[in-house]
Amino acid sequence: RAGGGGGGGGGGGGAGWDGGERALTPFAPVQGGGSAVIDMENMDDTSGSSFEDMGEMHQRMKEEEEEEEAEGEAGAAEEEDGEFLGMKGLRGQLGRQVADQMWQVGKRQASRAFSLYANIDILRPYFDVEPVQVRARLLESMIPVKMINFPQKIAGELYGPLMLVFTLVAILLHGMKTSDTIIREGTLMGTAIGTCFGYWLGVSSFIYFLAYLCNAQITMVQMLSLLGYGLFGHCITLFVTYNIHFHSLFYIFWLGVGGLSTLRMVAVLVSRTVGHTQRLILCGTLAALHMLFLLYLHFAYHKVVEGILDTLEGPNMPPFQRVARDIPVVSNAVLNTTAKAIALTL
Amino acid sequence: FAGLADVSISEDIPVEGEITVPVGSRSPDEDYSTLDEPVRDTIMRDLKAVGKKFVHVMYPKKSSALLRDWDLWGPLVLCVSLALMLQGGSADSKDDGGPQFAEVFVIIWFGAVVITLNSKLLGGTISFFQSLCVLGYCILPLTVAMLVCRLVLLAGSGTVSFIIRLIVVVAMFGWSTLASTAFLADSQPPNRKALVVYPIFLFYFVISWMILTFTPQ
Repeated sequence: RAGGGGGGGGGGGGAGWDGGERALTPFAPVQGGGSAVIDMENMDDTSGSSFEDMGEMHQRMKEEEEEEEAEGEAGAAEEEDGEFLGMKGLRGQLGRQVADQMWQVGKRQASRAFSLYANIDILRPYFDVEPVQVRARLLESMIPVKMINFPQKIAGELYGPLMLVFTLVAILLHGMKTSDTIIREGTLMGTAIGTCFGYWLGVSSFIYFLAYLCNAQITMVQMLSLLGYGLFGHCITLFVTYNIHFHSLFYIFWLGVGGLSTLRMVAVLVSRTVGHTQRLILCGTLAALHMLFLLYLHFAYHKVVEGILDTLEGPNMPPFQRVARDIPVVSNAVLNTTAKAIALTL
Repeated sequence: FAGLADVSISEDIPVEGEITVPVGSRSPDEDYSTLDEPVRDTIMRDLKAVGKKFVHVMYPKKSSALLRDWDLWGPLVLCVSLALMLQGGSADSKDDGGPQFAEVFVIIWFGAVVITLNSKLLGGTISFFQSLCVLGYCILPLTVAMLVCRLVLLAGSGTVSFIIRLIVVVAMFGWSTLASTAFLADSQPPNRKALVVYPIFLFYFVISWMILTFTPQ
């Protein structure tokens, strides 16, 4: 034992790294006791990035498993040889090997679970777009198609719709802030995200279900894409009307911009459905939901002090609204006075 | 080696070098010794790494140091300090005007995760945590803007202070976006840079908006 300890102390520097490396850096295919080979694989610097290169890790672990069996005998032989015991002697070596085994098993299980559940490569083909395409699709979403006897092509991409939903969330946040909305059981951000994503995913699923009932030819991804691009009109309308608080302006935008994007979605759906009743059901539902959502977004998050009275009183009153909240003071005041001046001159 | 027999080295050039084999950098000796080192050394080493990354963000050159040794300490510190400063001052539940700590925290981390996933799906070569690290560190200019805004608001909250705050926040927002684009856009195929930059722009825009509309109660 004393000889082992002395040998361990002396040879610990040279051979300690051998066994120890196996325990702490499982990527090192160690050659065997006491060899002076520098393993360049230890020098890699994917420092700490453990989600990185899962495929590579798989392969390395498979290679290592094979080497571990080969090394099992070498390890047993090592334990008897006093010189290569490392720093803590026989018990240390055994303990380290057991810990090593447990680490390997745990890592294998974790990587298997990870590659099964967190595989984002399923979504990769839906994000394969160029900026030019996204811009073209954004503009096309406002142009209703004329040809409804021939099924119109819908691109099944998710980048554009996702970005539009996030933009809508940002615009909603701005609207909620300037209208001094108070949310009691929740947060502003949670409400905004919940509303927008809930609308996009929920209404898409509902219309997809209706389309299934009405025998329309559309897939879920295409429906998500279609509705997502239809939110472009909502984004524009809300962006303008949350800053310029004119009710009649909102109605113009609601009918004009909202109507255009709804018409486009309806036309595309009509071109993919056969039969009058089915077309009516599907398109009526979609049009109603889309337009009502815009109405809801405007009124729910927009504090109106005198606006409703003004619009009810008739066309004699000028469309004058009280600004909801004066943050920021300067920009709102400037915008409103400009808009009022333009309205008065018309 | 027969062909090398006639290679001659002139006598006056000393042959030098290391014959000893350098031990691998991950040896357990070193690990044991970092366990034994004083706590001050460990903390100072990490602090220096974080500080070096802050400097990289303030002067965004295309260096790979930020990407290579990622860490999430800096983003955590920045996120927590920004969320603390953005907390609405009123404890009165009727007047809930400001974002709460949890809201800001969730926006920053959720937004960063979404941007990272987006850039990976668009074909980026950067890893998950590297991207989180870069996005988190590039919040530094906006945290500085928040500090400045708070100081300006201490002086008063009129039109002049609003204009100052607007200028500061817009400048810092531009700086953040440029800094993160400098690091992240290189990892994308060249024709898709705009697709990656837009969510980053939106993310920092939302944070800048929260900073600009902050009023202490």
